[in-house]
Amino acid sequence: MNVDTEVAARSAVRGPSAGAVTLTVNHEPRLLRIEPRVSLLDALREHLGLTGSKKGCDQGTCGACTVWVDGRRVLACLTLAVACEGREVTTIEGLAADGELHPMQAAFVEHDAFQCGYCTPGQIMSAVKLMEEGHAGDDAEIAEWMSGNICRCAAYPNIRAAIGGVRDAAGGER
Amino acid sequence: MRPFSYVRAGDAGTAIALVREHPDSAFLAGGTTEVDLVRQDVLRPGLLVDINDLPLDLIEDLPDGGLRIGALARMSDVARAPGVMERFPVISQALVLGASAQLRNMASMGGNLCQRVRCSYFRDPASLCNKRDPGSGCAALSGFHRGHAILGTSDHCIATHPSDVAIPLTALDAIVHTSGPGGERAIGIDDFFLLPGDTPQREHPLEHGELITAIEVPGAPVARRSVYLKFRDRQSYEFALASVAAAVRIQDGTVAEVRLALGGVGTRPWRARRAEAALLGRPASAASFAAAARQELAAATPHPMNAFKVELAQRAIVRALTTLTDGDR
Repeated sequence: MNVDTEVAARSAVRGPSAGAVTLTVNHEPRLLRIEPRVSLLDALREHLGLTGSKKGCDQGTCGACTVWVDGRRVLACLTLAVACEGREVTTIEGLAADGELHPMQAAFVEHDAFQCGYCTPGQIMSAVKLMEEGHAGDDAEIAEWMSGNICRCAAYPNIRAAIGGVRDAAGGER
Repeated sequence: MRPFSYVRAGDAGTAIALVREHPDSAFLAGGTTEVDLVRQDVLRPGLLVDINDLPLDLIEDLPDGGLRIGALARMSDVARAPGVMERFPVISQALVLGASAQLRNMASMGGNLCQRVRCSYFRDPASLCNKRDPGSGCAALSGFHRGHAILGTSDHCIATHPSDVAIPLTALDAIVHTSGPGGERAIGIDDFFLLPGDTPQREHPLEHGELITAIEVPGAPVARRSVYLKFRDRQSYEFALASVAAAVRIQDGTVAEVRLALGGVGTRPWRARRAEAALLGRPASAASFAAAARQELAAATPHPMNAFKVELAQRAIVRALTTLTDGDR
């Protein structure tokens, strides 16, 4: 590495104290003052007031914090917010367009795909991507590719029915 | 979570130099193990060097029929790469059977090889652990060790290597390419994963600041007929109690070529060389599969709670070979 890039790299070191971080969330740039250790989940919930993404386990085992980063479903609890600068973050709050529920949101309501509702935002963010990835072929495939989203009320049959309903309404991918 | 600093590196040279300069720093790729362990207070980095912008995510088909997988290629992308699915189904299957869709979108291939063990005593800073705190002792030996290893263990550590994809990579003699303060080098996968011995804190031969750049899989026509079977407490999103990566070629009813490696039972991804040697030239029959499996597991060192794995691993080997050779017997 030459001297110029070395100097540039050193000056780019942030933290450990709080500093300015710009996140693009649901298409809007948002300026935060956060430490590098702040997770994307805490940045969304505690700093931006977007409490739709839920904190279940905070260790990557439950899926309640599922959001999209650059269009892929990921876990916000294991993602550092500062590492999302320059990337596009989408949360459950960004899913409905023009006051209309996203078809997957509507299907969860129609199929009663929840009891307590705590895991639901993560389930829905995961389910929309599962459809795009082409893994909604049948119930077994949905179960496998939704396995990263735990529902302790065990609303799984209804969750699968909601996803199957969206699949069938979209013309199916059987 | 303890405070730390962060920097995003724009090129590999800068990333390596930054980590080399800071003894308490570490590379940050997918973060799925690292962020978790920092939060658990198991890892205490002062600086994380984010390498996610580095152009190391290509998945290339090599002229010899092999693969070159960039270290930052994500598990999900490798699993669905046409060249992987067609020529190395065992790699694709192992990837898809690991973790969850979200984690596979995040986790990098290089990070997968460097992931830390899931031993609950390693993950709990209040427990004795020779891997986290060398010389302190191993709480798993007398504690809850149902998921722990039965092959490659020592008196100092019996933690199971948790990776799925490392199992077929071991069976296929993959090569780990690195770049570091000492230049570039290529490490055969057998030399990459270290047995715990009396230094369980050393899991691989990488120096501080040495970065995995790619994983190469040599061409292996035998892998076109290959399978990864995984046995676990629940059907999905769970680590293996035992798993098998197998590839086999049968000629005139006998085993002409075979690759076998075990997961969930070893302190490192376990190449089943004894079983391979026992199978070569033998009839492709359930009896020879069982005999080979027995030879491999003869070296097992089970503990009270994980003794069931000795039988489970043998049955897993037989099932994998039977599945692959169904049409030949």
